[in-house]
Amino acid sequence: MANKKRNTILFVVLALGLLLMFFASISLGSVTIPLKDVVASLTGGQATKSTWEYIIINYRLPKTITAVLAGTGLSMSGLLMQTLFRNPLAEPYVLGLSSGASLGVAFVILGAGFLPSFLSVIALSSYAIVLASTLGSTLVLFLVLIVSQRLRNTMAILIVGLMFGSFSTAIVSILTYFSTAEQLQKFTFWTMGNLGNLSWTNIVILTFCVGIGLLLSAKSIKPLNALLLGENYAKSMGLNFKQARLIIILATSLLSGAITAFVGPIAFVGLAVPHIAKLTFHTSNHTILFWSTLFFGSIIMLFCDIVSQMPGYDVTLPINAVTSIIGAPVVIWLVMRKRNF
Amino acid sequence: MKNILTTSNLNIGYKSKKGVTTIAENLNLNLEAGKLITLIGANGIGKSTLLRTITGIQKPLSGNVYLNERNISDYQPLELAQNLSLVLTEKLPPSNLSVFELVALGRQPYTNWVDKLSDEDILKVQEAMQLTQIEHLASKKHFQISDGQLQKVLIARALAQDTPLIILDEPTTHLDLLHKVSLFKLLKKLTEETQKCILFSTHDIDLAIQLSDEMIIMTPENIVQDQPCNLISNGSFSNLFKDENIVFDAEKGKFIVS
Repeated sequence: MANKKRNTILFVVLALGLLLMFFASISLGSVTIPLKDVVASLTGGQATKSTWEYIIINYRLPKTITAVLAGTGLSMSGLLMQTLFRNPLAEPYVLGLSSGASLGVAFVILGAGFLPSFLSVIALSSYAIVLASTLGSTLVLFLVLIVSQRLRNTMAILIVGLMFGSFSTAIVSILTYFSTAEQLQKFTFWTMGNLGNLSWTNIVILTFCVGIGLLLSAKSIKPLNALLLGENYAKSMGLNFKQARLIIILATSLLSGAITAFVGPIAFVGLAVPHIAKLTFHTSNHTILFWSTLFFGSIIMLFCDIVSQMPGYDVTLPINAVTSIIGAPVVIWLVMRKRNF
Repeated sequence: MKNILTTSNLNIGYKSKKGVTTIAENLNLNLEAGKLITLIGANGIGKSTLLRTITGIQKPLSGNVYLNERNISDYQPLELAQNLSLVLTEKLPPSNLSVFELVALGRQPYTNWVDKLSDEDILKVQEAMQLTQIEHLASKKHFQISDGQLQKVLIARALAQDTPLIILDEPTTHLDLLHKVSLFKLLKKLTEETQKCILFSTHDIDLAIQLSDEMIIMTPENIVQDQPCNLISNGSFSNLFKDENIVFDAEKGKFIVS
């Protein structure tokens, strides 16, 4: 079939694109490092300057890996949610999962001042932040799920997601009123997203979470295809709906919870990437969408990361700003086209 | 003829906190292979409840439903999907599915965990599309075709599921007369050519009388199943609507506004 050939070519192009972006992301940054030194550092050789080697191994490589993990994970959770909620606009950020995570983190960072000093030290550790963020996003996901059980209308679910967003923003602004400048700064940095803050240990934990999330997603490929016809048809085709939904939700919370915890709330990647994959491959078949979402997710995240580095300049833009600037127009364009997805 | 689905002393209805609402009692229906059977009844009489009960979605208040001589509640979801396929009235969620992909979803009960179509699956899909004459639509998206065509595509999906029994919920609702007739004829042809049993609910009583092998009539008092000519001669249609403005003319075989 002509389609098959086209898909094969697309996947080869995507694989090459990913490779290119991966190296570009490692090579480019505020400090200019010649390509041969980059290769030398990566392959275990000697770079011309030892600081370059240090930057590559301990700063840029972890950041590039984090970008790949965050890009694939967020995009995949977007894909899962769009099919599960039968809504082209569903994704962790829109449904308020990221807001839930922010709220959790705000409580920990900004609320630490209310705690006795020995407790506030614990509360400000990175583990507490990860835990608070995961709890926050899982809580919102469950709320959204309960609402979606009661309301068949998918627009209503989005509105509820938006309300969770406003609600948590309000709570956060109350908290900021009572917090010190230092706490505020820490929280603001977290909300802007940061791919470069992870130690190698954190990367191992994140890889583990994303890996399991992706495995669960892969297991959901067939149920997701069945769900394209709606819940009742899916059941009539032998799908164990409750089990399938549980797995999809577990995968989503694991992916978006862990990623938001480590790199902060990142907007629109989860929304835009699945659509880019669907538009490129002209299909709703989740076997193909699974792989294309993985590729597009990492490529686009790496691209946003490179843009945020502003190669050659001394400044770094917050990653969340970059993804929003690229992602928001995509959303508007999607709504305007009003096409069937 | 082989019985595909039988009900024995089936009572259908709802259980709620307020108590039990019985819709029909003591049903002994019998769906045979190779027959086109229509289910008719006024709005709100409980056609959907009956269909939900005999498809195993809803539990009966009492009595049993047997599919291939086995109690339907003993079936695993996957097994049930290999013996019973549905065509529903609900609108499809937005997606990019092509007609071929949509029909191929009917093969889900047979595909592996990544939903890969085997050669046999593809053959069955093509067969289903041939029978329903929708091959020319294969690469169209499901939202690009007309309601009549979509209904055929959904029937093809049920055919691809390769089950001895297909149940359709009001498949003719949104169609004009021409497409209603062609859909009725298609279903009739399918029962003759594939020896499947097809049961569907409809409000097109005139067409149902002319084209179905058997009819199930639901009225508040009872539910009867028989051949259309027998139902006419024993006056079952007269009880269908409780309104003096609508009278059933037994000679013409249709309802007349008086």
